[in-house]
Amino acid sequence: MGSLANGQYQVFMALHLIHEVTSPQAFGMLKDKGLKVAYPGRTFATVDHIIPTDTQARPLADDMAERMLQVLESSTAEHGIEFFAPETGSQGIVHVVGPELGLTQPGMTICCGDSHTATHGAFGCIALGIGTSQVRDVLASQTLAMDPLKVRKININGALKKGVTAKDVILHVIRVLGVNGGVGYAYEYAGSTITNMTMEERMTVCNMSIEGGARCGYINPDETTFDYLSGKERVPTGTEFDAMKARWASFASDEDAHYDDVVDFDASDIEPTVTWGVTPAQAIGVGERIPTADTGSELDQELVTSALDYMKLRADAPIKGTPIQVAFIGSCTNGRLSDFEAVAEVIKGHQVASHVRAIAVPGSEKVDAAARALGLHEVFEAAGFEWRKPGCSMCLAMNPDKLVGDEVCASSSNRNFMGRQGSSTGRTILMSPIMVAAAAVEGAVADAREIFELEAV
Amino acid sequence: MSELSKIAGRGVYVAGNDIDTDRIIPARFLKCVTFDELGPSLFFDERFDANGKSKDHPLDANQHEGASILISDANFGCGSSREHAPQAIQKFGINVVIAESFAEIFHGNCTTLGIPCLQMAAEPRSELARLIESEPGEELMVDLEALQVVYLNQSFPFSMKPSAREAFLAGTFDPLDELLASREAISAVDARLSA
Repeated sequence: MGSLANGQYQVFMALHLIHEVTSPQAFGMLKDKGLKVAYPGRTFATVDHIIPTDTQARPLADDMAERMLQVLESSTAEHGIEFFAPETGSQGIVHVVGPELGLTQPGMTICCGDSHTATHGAFGCIALGIGTSQVRDVLASQTLAMDPLKVRKININGALKKGVTAKDVILHVIRVLGVNGGVGYAYEYAGSTITNMTMEERMTVCNMSIEGGARCGYINPDETTFDYLSGKERVPTGTEFDAMKARWASFASDEDAHYDDVVDFDASDIEPTVTWGVTPAQAIGVGERIPTADTGSELDQELVTSALDYMKLRADAPIKGTPIQVAFIGSCTNGRLSDFEAVAEVIKGHQVASHVRAIAVPGSEKVDAAARALGLHEVFEAAGFEWRKPGCSMCLAMNPDKLVGDEVCASSSNRNFMGRQGSSTGRTILMSPIMVAAAAVEGAVADAREIFELEAV
Repeated sequence: MSELSKIAGRGVYVAGNDIDTDRIIPARFLKCVTFDELGPSLFFDERFDANGKSKDHPLDANQHEGASILISDANFGCGSSREHAPQAIQKFGINVVIAESFAEIFHGNCTTLGIPCLQMAAEPRSELARLIESEPGEELMVDLEALQVVYLNQSFPFSMKPSAREAFLAGTFDPLDELLASREAISAVDARLSA
């Protein structure tokens, strides 16, 4: 749009997504200033963080959760914003809902008061997580004040080994580049490994860009993108779609584009990856040993020591065999249909270990319906998983799904921060959905390739 | 919103790299529809155990009571975009954060709220943290114009994102009025994209 007095740029946001945790306060801020929502047709709302996954009957059992939902309902109604409420068939985690409805389209600038907005970059969008004051700015002006970003191209080439998934790819990238390696950057993922991925896999990769410190993730739109969007509820059909497709294709970055940095990865180096510590970069291949705290600066060593203390893990011990008590499959990282399909395929004929509480939480009502249509919920239930209603669930514990005490959770979510899953001493081990399934069956961190006898390529 | 160039206050050092916003404000405290009550919940699980017993966190040390300048290490504020984190920091009474580096969303949230984020290299920062531990009663003077903190007659250089520094010095760190000033241009972009 133009530049501001302090040198920042004013950037128009084509799509604004909101949810109940970071947005209600912004409506209050608007009211204080006597402002209206400028372009209500460009904002869409859903409820995900606080929604229980056992029963969603109203009023919600938690009074404050009920109140947050009510504020979202009344604010969206007052300002003419479309709200994907529970039981409408469209509710779900905000980063699952946007793409599956086709609201997310190539070339868009997208923002949401949620750091995992990076997910939408999988469609060739610039998708930014923002704070509540910025939600206010977007509601009032449909624009944001922004500093320019540098771009790092992350090339990943080659075929992934059997049992290695998109989740392992992004955990590996973060492990190598660090949790703050991306500060000041947008990450553009490219290379044959990425172009061969489905849209849902690309979303998993972009989703965790923020865990690497990057402001957003991006993948060039291509035929895979267009095929995914074709027929989606909010995407035009016929000749209008063809015209859009041509325009979308034009948004792809050029072969000879300039990058501030380029990093290359070989897909064959990537193993099923699990975290051992309290940041997503504290990750190792499932066959490796937990690191020791004898290298790096004093602060680096302190980081390893304090992470091991918190996790109650021993340096130099194998991560495989670490007992778990909870298994969680879901979240905006890995709560889409293909995630549940992949697990259903391997878990048939296996049973969750008797001491493990295992839950599968579809990312949206659409994912739930599609999974049920395929009978996946029965496969999960037969194996000993509970099949829940859609929501953020155990990713962040703002709803009743929480760890108790120092339980260890094998989790397909995105953050293993201290206390993240609702207990101040709870422990999270991040991994792919099939690795969570393997851990659930074994009752301990395990290699899905061994548990499910996946044959090597 | 007024211009901000010099800020005085006592300091407190909270050590650690990669302190994420879940640690700054655990998710259960995000159940609220206003930010007003967040102050006491700042760093809650770092300050108190599951029974509410104090863990002797620096923020609760007698000598740091009333401190308004928080010093930490690298990648401060990473993770969740929750503005609840800087809101809790501000409501607790902290109005400047000094660190090796900041996560970007957190940095942006702080700036809009009027909390300058100062990047200070490891050497001066650890010296400053050491001095604060030994002489906690004295005030630091933060000078955004001169890009230095003065403490006990010693000067500690820092850097800032130029756009943030500019915004504080001009008193435009909350950008909303400026954004709204281009209503017509915004409307033109909306119309073009809607076509």
